[in-house]
Amino acid sequence: MALAKRHFDALIIGAGGAGLNAALQLANADARVAVVSKVFPTRSHTVAAQGGVNAALANVVPDSWHWHMFDTVKGSDYLGDQDAIEFMCREAIPTVYELEHNGVPFSRLDNGRIYQRAFGGQSQNFGGEQASRTCAAADRTGHAILHTLYQQNLRARTHFFDEYFAIELISDDEGAVLGALVMEIETGEPLLIEAKVTLLATGGCGQVFRTNSNAHINTGDGMAMALRAGVPLQDMEFFQFHPTGIHGKGMLISEAVRGEGGYLVNKDGERFMPRYAPHAKDLASRDVVSRAIVTEVKAGRGCGPRGDHVLLKADHLGEEVVAKRLPGIRESAIIFAGTDPAREPIPVYPTAHYVMGGIPTDRFGRVVIPARHGPEEAVPGLYAAGECACVSVHGANRLGGNSLLDILVFGRAAGLDIIGYLDANPNHRPLNSASVDAAMARFQRFEQPGEGIPVAELREEFQKVMEDHAGVYRTEAVMAEGVEKLKAIRERLDAVRLTDRSRVFNTARIEAFELANMIDVGMGIALSASQRKESRGAHSRPDYPERDDKNWLKHSLYFRDGDQLDYKPVRTRPLSVDSFPPKARTY
Amino acid sequence: MKFRVFRYNPDEDEQPYLQDFEVAAERGMMLRDALLQIKTQDEGFSFRHSCGEGVCGSDGVNVNGENKLACITPLAELKEPVVVRPFPGRPVIRDLVVDMSQFFQQYRAVQPWLIRKDPLPEHEILQSPEERERLDGLYECILCGCCSTSCPSFWWNPDRFHGPQALLTAWRFLADSRDQAADERLDELEGPYKLFRCHTIMSCVEACPKHLNPTRAIGNIKNLMLKKSI
Ligand SMILES: Cc1cc2nc3c(=O)[nH]c(=O)nc-3n(C[C@H](O)[C@H](O)[C@H](O)COP(=O)(O)OP(=O)(O)OC[C@H]3O[C@@H](n4cnc5c(N)ncnc54)[C@H](O)[C@@H]3O)c2cc1C
Ligand code: SF4
Ligand code: SF4
Ligand code: FES
Repeated sequence: MALAKRHFDALIIGAGGAGLNAALQLANADARVAVVSKVFPTRSHTVAAQGGVNAALANVVPDSWHWHMFDTVKGSDYLGDQDAIEFMCREAIPTVYELEHNGVPFSRLDNGRIYQRAFGGQSQNFGGEQASRTCAAADRTGHAILHTLYQQNLRARTHFFDEYFAIELISDDEGAVLGALVMEIETGEPLLIEAKVTLLATGGCGQVFRTNSNAHINTGDGMAMALRAGVPLQDMEFFQFHPTGIHGKGMLISEAVRGEGGYLVNKDGERFMPRYAPHAKDLASRDVVSRAIVTEVKAGRGCGPRGDHVLLKADHLGEEVVAKRLPGIRESAIIFAGTDPAREPIPVYPTAHYVMGGIPTDRFGRVVIPARHGPEEAVPGLYAAGECACVSVHGANRLGGNSLLDILVFGRAAGLDIIGYLDANPNHRPLNSASVDAAMARFQRFEQPGEGIPVAELREEFQKVMEDHAGVYRTEAVMAEGVEKLKAIRERLDAVRLTDRSRVFNTARIEAFELANMIDVGMGIALSASQRKESRGAHSRPDYPERDDKNWLKHSLYFRDGDQLDYKPVRTRPLSVDSFPPKARTY
Repeated sequence: MKFRVFRYNPDEDEQPYLQDFEVAAERGMMLRDALLQIKTQDEGFSFRHSCGEGVCGSDGVNVNGENKLACITPLAELKEPVVVRPFPGRPVIRDLVVDMSQFFQQYRAVQPWLIRKDPLPEHEILQSPEERERLDGLYECILCGCCSTSCPSFWWNPDRFHGPQALLTAWRFLADSRDQAADERLDELEGPYKLFRCHTIMSCVEACPKHLNPTRAIGNIKNLMLKKSI
């Protein structure tokens, strides 16, 4: 049977905040845009974001995008690119207003303006008093934003391919991307979507770690597809462990709890954060708080019978604040931790949360790779935005509330840039049959009959190796062993066999594809981490405890082909203001 | 713990059937954890799930006769054998996976987006905390479908009756002080089916895992219509 084909101006893979905000710009400009998502769009993980999105609206206390920029550069441990950061912090303001105009039900202040709460790492006046920069719809901001963007895309008549799984990018001999091979999950049938331009907006990869705050679907598919198309992944060693996951489960308890006045205590009931961050205390940057919790537990000051967690107190805030500002978190804590935060503290421990690294792009969302001569160049027809991309605005550590901002600003910027790209490239390039054949081979990859390793078994083993060897403790020996184990797991992937080989809604098959993707991405994380011999932001090495700006103020690039690493300079020059030079980072 | 699970694979089975499974239940386990354990026993068992914390709306199923989200349903609350079936009244694709397209069609039919006719200000459209409060209990809907698939009126007329989810959404926009299309919205809901097939049976309220109240929203729409007609 001939392979079914569809043609669009733009193909967007991923229907989270990044994909949908890009799609909206394109659909509003009357481009033919297809959005492919492996789950129904409002099930995308953006829906889970609780706390809010940063923008210097100054609705509560004085604020400016320049202060926001300073905090973001400092939070990134100076690894963020300052041109992109300036762009994001400036664009934050119109982006949030646009969301509001589109219908997002933000919480409100008495004067009718958008409610903003305090979040970690935020300051006024370049490191002064705490700022209140995080725009919130109670503690369901991601839900409110994602549903609104989906609704606006319905209005704009975007083409949705719901429950279609993207298998592989299609490219030609010049490296230009021509679309993607996808699979309709309900029927198991392949479909080739040809597009003049393709945007990867596939979100994060938190599932590579065993204990994480991410959804089952966050498996790094887009990153792995990019890797296989010859694109490197940037800064993959920087993985954020959120300080307050529900102990033993990993579900997130948002920073909003501390933003509203909650704080952490150890087994002696001591509020310990002032010892680690005298000024910002519980609202220090996430890497700082996570390390403090781990240090407390290691020093024997953890809570519970096993002394393996700390407590997050919010009961002093009173019933009303908890009910009004943190209703969703309260419900989660009751269901998953069995505690009502309005009455008792919540047991918490750091959980794998967010990948700072990803597919390298410029601030227009164009995917860029090192060129043989001169600086980097854009891959024709390929864009990336959202958590799967690395612009890089988060550098070595992301601030709370800056990811929703990242996905929205750069999703929008990519959409707008694509409109220009389509003007300049009005025709489809000829299809490349070799690339289609390779993608089809991948599509058929898990169809061999016979006995083999079950997907679930290898997946579990892989996640454990990642947690033990590329998690919070990163010494030379531990990581080297991890890389070897990952190589062995990568080889055993070929021995994976499905017992279920039916076509219709075969979730085992999807999990096999996802596992293959996670292993590619996991290798990027482990290898990049093992090579970076310094401590910076979320990447913390007991054997190299200091930041080393002389040798390591640079981005790493991991190439799948031959497991190669390369490096490129950090862009320290902003667009219009003075650069923030690296300084010691204290909170 | 004993489970009886609805199974149907159109590639292999002529008829759906119930299959027994034994799951090692531990304290604090949710129904989704049990379904995942069943999947490791039989990888061919299919169901939707993702966030694991009741926010994405993927894993609505019918458990011991009631529609629930598997990921926030503690096993401790369930009687054995736990009978797990797909949502009632929807075509089954495979095992617990049903075709929800009519449900989403009804959602789309109520024009679920903010309609603004005035020029937009250069900052946010102002809204008082009281006006914003009217959206509480409405905007939180996660489109899980627990309500509409437990509504007898929706079972009989899924193509013509909007169902509780879509009507809740219709009210979410009617209730928004920023929306400027109330008349069109109300006109669209006229006729014997779209809205008026609701007989206030309240199954929807009982089923909603987010504690939303579609019946009240439907009542509010009816009141508003009445007010407009006089
Ligand atoms: C629990 C939690 C709370 C958070 N809270 C906050 C917060 O308060 N503030 C903040 O700024 N950030 C927060 N974050 C981070 C932020 O929510 C995410 O980084 C962001 O939402 C990612 O958006 P995205 O659009 O890049 O991807 P996602 O929303 O993850 O969407 C990815 C999309 O890609 C699709 N997809 C993936 N692979 C494939 C494939 N192979 N084929 C087809 N489709 C595919 C998926 O179906 C989905 O539609 C939080 C994260 C978590 C986990
Ligand atoms: S109250 Fe109306 S919408 Fe709800 S279940 Fe009954 S008939 Fe359906
Ligand atoms: S109203 Fe409740 S039950 Fe119905 S779809 Fe929304 S969240 Fe689910
Ligand atoms: S898995 Fe998301 S609601 Fe249950």
